Amino acid sequence: MDIDRKLIESVAVVARLRLTDREVEKFLPQLKDVLEAFSSVQEVDTAGIEPSFHPLPLKDVLRDDTPAGCLGQEDALSLTPHKKDGYFKGPKAV
Amino acid sequence: MSILDEVRSGKEDIVEYAEECMQKAKGIDREYRYFTAIAEESAIGQAREIKKNFQKYRGKRLLGVMVSAKDAICVKGVESCAGSRILKGYRPLFDATVIERVKREGGIVIGKTSQDEFGFGSFSVNVGLGFPIPLNPFDRGRSCGGSSGGAAGLARKADFPHIALGESTGGSIAAPSSFCGVFGLTPTYGKVSRYGLIDYGNSLDKIGSIGKSVEEVALLQGTIEGHDPKDSTSLSHPHEGYKELKRNVKGMRIGVIKEAFSDAVEKDVQKGVRSGIARLEEEGAVVEEVSLEFPIRYSLATYYLLAMSESSTNLARYCGMRYGQAGELKGNFNEYFSEVRSKHFGEEAKRRIILGTFARMSGFRDAYYIKAAKVRTLIIRHYRKAFGKYDALASPSTPLLPPKFTDIEKLTPLQHYMIDVPVVGPNLAGLPHLNVPVGMEKGLPVGMLLIGDHLQERKLLEMGMVFDGE
Repeated sequence: MDIDRKLIESVAVVARLRLTDREVEKFLPQLKDVLEAFSSVQEVDTAGIEPSFHPLPLKDVLRDDTPAGCLGQEDALSLTPHKKDGYFKGPKAV
Repeated sequence: MSILDEVRSGKEDIVEYAEECMQKAKGIDREYRYFTAIAEESAIGQAREIKKNFQKYRGKRLLGVMVSAKDAICVKGVESCAGSRILKGYRPLFDATVIERVKREGGIVIGKTSQDEFGFGSFSVNVGLGFPIPLNPFDRGRSCGGSSGGAAGLARKADFPHIALGESTGGSIAAPSSFCGVFGLTPTYGKVSRYGLIDYGNSLDKIGSIGKSVEEVALLQGTIEGHDPKDSTSLSHPHEGYKELKRNVKGMRIGVIKEAFSDAVEKDVQKGVRSGIARLEEEGAVVEEVSLEFPIRYSLATYYLLAMSESSTNLARYCGMRYGQAGELKGNFNEYFSEVRSKHFGEEAKRRIILGTFARMSGFRDAYYIKAAKVRTLIIRHYRKAFGKYDALASPSTPLLPPKFTDIEKLTPLQHYMIDVPVVGPNLAGLPHLNVPVGMEKGLPVGMLLIGDHLQERKLLEMGMVFDGE
């Protein structure tokens, strides 16, 4: 797997990060180094093995579907300066 | 009669006592930088409430005990940032379940402790932009470990009744506890509710307890664990409580992990941990060497691929919209989000977001993320097999004595990650593990790691009691 400047820049766009030239220069050899070491998982034979997304088998633990109190509108909006008419105000969508 | 007994009996005024503890905490912070936020006002408020309703609190487990919380654990009204500038100014509107339980049992929450940003580190040097690096309690030129560094350092230095809440994703309780010479318990995954914990990796995060003795650790652990309907990964096992713990080693079968004593582990650490194992043997434990070559070889890569993948999705929520840092609303969504994120995330957070996003991207997902999840299944099987024969596994908690900051600066990110080799395996498998301080080498503490099977915390604590007060 070739890790190059172009790949890092395209991943950064997906991750909504704007990296400076200095950051890209610094990260490039580091990410190569790390990915090369972590590619060791490729040598393990995992044919027929299910992935574990949790360490313990979890049963269905959904709560009963009964209405309960939740965060009020005023509280929900209290932590941001960007609000208007009782709603969050965001940047332009298009 | 101890000061705590006097507070509990009502002889000592709890408000005055809390004020005194806060003064001491602030003094320690000036020297060692263990707090990201000191919650003086709310702590004194809590003491007043206890005084007013003393009968209601009389006899409660934690009455009068000062409890600190790692910065990633939400405390209502107290700035909670998980050590990141992107959350600067965020004061949660609710308490995490563990905090709710601590308060209900009369514990007083004194503040938030320093950590690597979002838990991304093993030395507490990857703190968020503008946060101070906490210092080792034995030598201020050295690291106190990470990522729960402030928690472990404060547990060591506090000269008042105090227990710390830490959190471990891949070793963030064991490593700092080892570097600070304290007991640190990481419980079985799901035993303690994650509700109100600022996530790092959801399938790995565990809140646990750090203290100067097994008794302290058990006291806090017994308070915080138990099923919580607010966390869908919370286990529905009976609540333990850990009352009537007694030193219990005789006949316990302990497997010493052969590969955990490689040449990469400093000689002083090997010597200290070997002496700890010998101590358990003297007390009647049956000790033998066990090979866990597969988990030791593959856990690091598996852990980091999964943890970075999970963290890169978790960190997607920080975009300057509903809480935390915001910017001027200009440009479109993508431009605005990218602006805020790029400005406030620290360097290690950016590195992990890039790696984690890459491992989950179309075209690479099967080769990295899914592959790592399959290797995780095999790692869990290897540990489970070992627990068919042993009550506990033993290894060093870290491969080195607390390093100097000047030496840490020379490490590459990969070398930095490799410090976690002894601890990532049990974290991946969700196994409980306890750091036990086994002595000092060159004036610095050495920690031994005892790993137990799922839900066997009591066994670990009872073995750990051999080292209590030593």
